[in-house]
Amino acid sequence: MDNLGLLADGLAAALTPMNLLYAAVGVLLGTFVGVLPGIGPAMAIALLLPVTFGLEPTQAFIMFAGLYYGGMYGGSTTSILLNTPGESASVMTALEGNLMARAGRGAQALATAAVGSFVAGTIGTLLVAMFAPALADVAVEIGAPSYFALMVLALVMTATVLGASPLRGLMSLFVGLTIGLVGLDLNTGQPRLTFGVTQLVDRLDIVVVAVGIFALGEALWVAAHLRRKPARVVPVGQPWLGRADLKRSWKPWLRGTAYGFPFGALPAGGAELPTFLSFVTERSLAKRGVAKRRADAKDEFGRGAIEGVAGPEAANNASAAGMLVPMLALGLPVTATASVMLSALQGYGIQPGPQLMTEHADMVWTLLASLLIGNLLLLVLNLPLAPLWARLLRIPRPQLYAGILFFACLGAYATNLDPFDIALLLVFGLLGMAMRRFGLPVLPLILGVILGPLMETKLREALTISGGDPAILWSEPLAIAIYAVLALVLLTRPLLSRWRSRTESRIVAEAEDPEDAETVTEGSAR
Amino acid sequence: MTAGQEPVQEQTPPPADGWVVVAWTPDEFGDAALEHAIAWAAEGAAAGGRGVAVVNGTRGDALVDERFAAPGGLADLAERLRGTGLPHVVRQEMGRDVAEQVLDVAAELSARLVVVGLRHRSPVGKLLMGSVAQRILLTAECPVLAVKPGERPA
Repeated sequence: MDNLGLLADGLAAALTPMNLLYAAVGVLLGTFVGVLPGIGPAMAIALLLPVTFGLEPTQAFIMFAGLYYGGMYGGSTTSILLNTPGESASVMTALEGNLMARAGRGAQALATAAVGSFVAGTIGTLLVAMFAPALADVAVEIGAPSYFALMVLALVMTATVLGASPLRGLMSLFVGLTIGLVGLDLNTGQPRLTFGVTQLVDRLDIVVVAVGIFALGEALWVAAHLRRKPARVVPVGQPWLGRADLKRSWKPWLRGTAYGFPFGALPAGGAELPTFLSFVTERSLAKRGVAKRRADAKDEFGRGAIEGVAGPEAANNASAAGMLVPMLALGLPVTATASVMLSALQGYGIQPGPQLMTEHADMVWTLLASLLIGNLLLLVLNLPLAPLWARLLRIPRPQLYAGILFFACLGAYATNLDPFDIALLLVFGLLGMAMRRFGLPVLPLILGVILGPLMETKLREALTISGGDPAILWSEPLAIAIYAVLALVLLTRPLLSRWRSRTESRIVAEAEDPEDAETVTEGSAR
Repeated sequence: MTAGQEPVQEQTPPPADGWVVVAWTPDEFGDAALEHAIAWAAEGAAAGGRGVAVVNGTRGDALVDERFAAPGGLADLAERLRGTGLPHVVRQEMGRDVAEQVLDVAAELSARLVVVGLRHRSPVGKLLMGSVAQRILLTAECPVLAVKPGERPA
């Protein structure tokens, strides 16, 4: 295999002491931000962007890759120990994981999540190495109309299919697209939406927007809800897996990977749906397996089944790897983290898109190799460190967010050394807080800001070719196919969401009863 | 601001002075303080003292606060207090400052004594997080008894 040889070269390039150090820093930082709910890898990368402009792009990306995987892993720790999933992708892990922890099997839950993440991440990264170059070869041929259609697909899907409310998603998307318009029109040189402010002519810095929305918005939101009744953390020891647990886990890991990767690789896949599907599959398989042995026996789901942690966790990480395919091959990010990573790429003057694979091949292969290394580091570092990560949850919010605000302001100021950016940061912080208040998802906005200008370029390109005739937008077969897929998804969405909410409420209802019983026995035992 | 749990009251206390207020946490420091508080209250009961008021507070600004007792810990506490036969009140509070919560209860009940467990703090830890015991010692309007684990009441 040609690709494997290139990957081996990348591995050799990534295995320098300096790069390993950056990978380790990324992994540790990623787990740190992943463990703390509300602070995700997207925020961490946005905060680190200004810091990393002094680094080589390869090293920065090695660190970001570690952060990304680390954040995924850290989120599962919190879900299992606290039952407060930090992101929608960990909701399914929290269901059975927390029940396992309450039943005294927290160590096994953490271990199956860690090893499952490792397995899924490794397989996923290898699959990226297989598919991304092939896709990039095809993608170079894609014309402007089809490229435009792809971006429309990605944006509309993230806005409507993910999340609870399509209306809210679209609102957020259009706010993002509007923010993306601010500044000089790249084609005509006219200033747009600048309100006569000279600093705005230069276009908005993505660092300021991302840090404002993610970091400042979250900090203000937390400040408004500072005091909450402390949650109870389930005490847990060193994670380990017994032979029986391993035997029960490996199939869900592989099935979860099979669900997660394709969903992640689709433009606008997200990890919500594959984790959910994996959970439902494991649950019905467990039911069937038990029924085969004894008709009256009951499966462990609802009381802490290890399959219910292993499957969704693997799906989550496989989709995290899968999203690298559209990002590297097409320049299309589909998650908040990927979009911030993409803007980092632009910060280095590297144009994302199909040509990335050929023009910056060594960087891409080093990145993929460092993902493999980061994944291994995660496993090595996190299995022994799990009790330490749980202690992080005791950090008081004022101290934590003071640190975040410091880095946010420093980052916003450092990009242009202009106090105007700090004011802008505050504006976006208030916007971010308002979005959290009114339940608007952040992802469509960030994607809109980053993809908006790219999309406009492609649209203008297509229209220039056709002399202003919009019919060119559906002149290519690929574009028509993409619009057909989009229409199909939008039409089936109500059915899908109804099926999901019904199944979900049934799962929650089933899990409810033993949960209460557990609390009572715990109370009297102590 | 005393959001959070409703005060758990075993019996409605009559408005009177003579309560022993104890700043309690579910660990060895809280237990040492509680032990002394019970001893003082038992001694004072003969002379018209009221009983023990237990305050368990949190700032509620971290995701996890192990010094804020879980329902199980509260049940054990109530059992232990019932065993002493003294009148008792248990309160769980959430607010800006744990010391303030303790002193508010002390003022409300016109406490005759506040008992607090001392824990060793490094200067840096004190700088970052402050010291509840220190603030109680400096601002209480009644005598304060500060105890360490291992000291048994005479």
